[in-house]
Amino acid sequence: MKKEIIISGFGGQGVLSMGKILAYSGLMEDKEVTWMPAYGPEQRGGTCNVTVIVSDERVSSPIVSEYDVAIVLNQPSLDKFEPKVKKGGFLIYDTSGIINPPKRTDITVCPIAAMDKAVEMKNSKVFNMIVLGGLLKVCPVVSDKGVEKALYKTLPERHHGLIPLNMEAITAGKEIIG
Amino acid sequence: MKGNEAIAHAAIRCGADAYFGYPITPQSEVIETLAALKPWEETGMVVLQAESEVASINMVYGAAGAGKRVLTSSSSPGVALMQEGIAYMAGAEIPGVFVNVQRGGPGLGTIQPSQADYFQATRGGGNGDYYVITLAPNSVQEMADFVDLAFELAFKYRNPAMILSDGVIGQMMEKVVLPPYKPRRTEEQIAKECPWATMGRTNGRKPNIMTSLEMQPEVMEQRNLALLRKYQQIKDNEVRYEKTLCDDAEYIIVSFGSAARIAEKAVELAREEGIKVGLFRPITLWPFPEKEIAALAEGKKGILSAEINAGQMIEDIRLAVNGKVPVEHFGRLGGIVPGPDEIVEALKNKLMK
Repeated sequence: MKKEIIISGFGGQGVLSMGKILAYSGLMEDKEVTWMPAYGPEQRGGTCNVTVIVSDERVSSPIVSEYDVAIVLNQPSLDKFEPKVKKGGFLIYDTSGIINPPKRTDITVCPIAAMDKAVEMKNSKVFNMIVLGGLLKVCPVVSDKGVEKALYKTLPERHHGLIPLNMEAITAGKEIIG
Repeated sequence: MKGNEAIAHAAIRCGADAYFGYPITPQSEVIETLAALKPWEETGMVVLQAESEVASINMVYGAAGAGKRVLTSSSSPGVALMQEGIAYMAGAEIPGVFVNVQRGGPGLGTIQPSQADYFQATRGGGNGDYYVITLAPNSVQEMADFVDLAFELAFKYRNPAMILSDGVIGQMMEKVVLPPYKPRRTEEQIAKECPWATMGRTNGRKPNIMTSLEMQPEVMEQRNLALLRKYQQIKDNEVRYEKTLCDDAEYIIVSFGSAARIAEKAVELAREEGIKVGLFRPITLWPFPEKEIAALAEGKKGILSAEINAGQMIEDIRLAVNGKVPVEHFGRLGGIVPGPDEIVEALKNKLMK
């Protein structure tokens, strides 16, 4: 098993941290992982992306030209990465940020109303975890248990109280993804 | 963890005495991680943010002259500023470790990854006839492993050693097994292992003088010749490289550092299409594995040098191959990192037509 995943959105949407949790989840399950961010001025509000590869075998290139899964959280990201999804791959997009929805028919397109759900949960910060839940539903690259372990590993101890809420958000994401 | 963080952890674990540096993207996590880990409380290692790269390198010069294991890190424009100090250290035969997490150039260039400092690293970089031992890590694991290796080589040969990395390896996160802790050397150990070090003169010993200056050309020429003999020894003993799927290959991609990771995937993709191609990865860029590449070129249809620059290592490959087979270059510039498919295309277009 090897999944090459791109996550792309606005800086501040939790793109890099979502990728980090995904990568650490893989690590917790003894998989090979790479996490390669776009580290430019993107982090300050422009479009920002991270490539996460989770694999049973050694990962050669941390940079790839096409992806098994693209998670796009704004229109520029959709425009950029829709053509780069492998045939038969998945495109997950948050419905609130998208004016022109994806058109390809040779891939599985999965809308997720993650922003709406985050508002409903009264915590916009769990937005990225809802999206992660959606990913794990359509492409279970890591288990919930792995994610939980990764959260304990990556979050500072003072935030460990928030982990149940994050796991709730993941469950919510699994329920609402189309 | 990130490659930059691995450098910081490895420095502490391999018993480094000091780090002097000045922040610059894409390697600022080195000093940030060191500051967070506070090694001065555990091992006594000094971590200091200098006022500039010029100051950093001269702090390295001074502390390393006293036999200490000292490192600095920077990115391309910062390393350019350090070249005077590195040349002085090469001239005075002072060991020290430099990490260059390269970004696009020339000048301030971009902050995105590049391998355009190959010439600067492998041709000395400063003035005079000298070389710096240059290691090119292609993973976070090698970032961690090469810190101690660089120190060992630097002290073995009393020569500066550089870890030539780039924004891809510095910024990416992957699995890493950190090296075991080694204690810092005691003053007695340094005195014994580094009789050349300036660490206070004992009675009856001639003063140790660390300098690259010599007013007598005849004496200087002898010093140059001694340096050349040392460089030959390094060339004979310290060449490192890795070969992947080269045995049945008709074509060879030669690539180092992050580009070698991308090229590894390019080899996978090309093999799926039935193209017999292998990967040769120089791990030491100086000394360059020239004999190994010359031997490997025998009977091959062509070599592609895939680098994230305008064509620098290709010169060393061509010198090694000496016209026996065609050698072409592929690269992207300015902070753009190529995808594996671009390397496969280049292989087809430049060598297979």
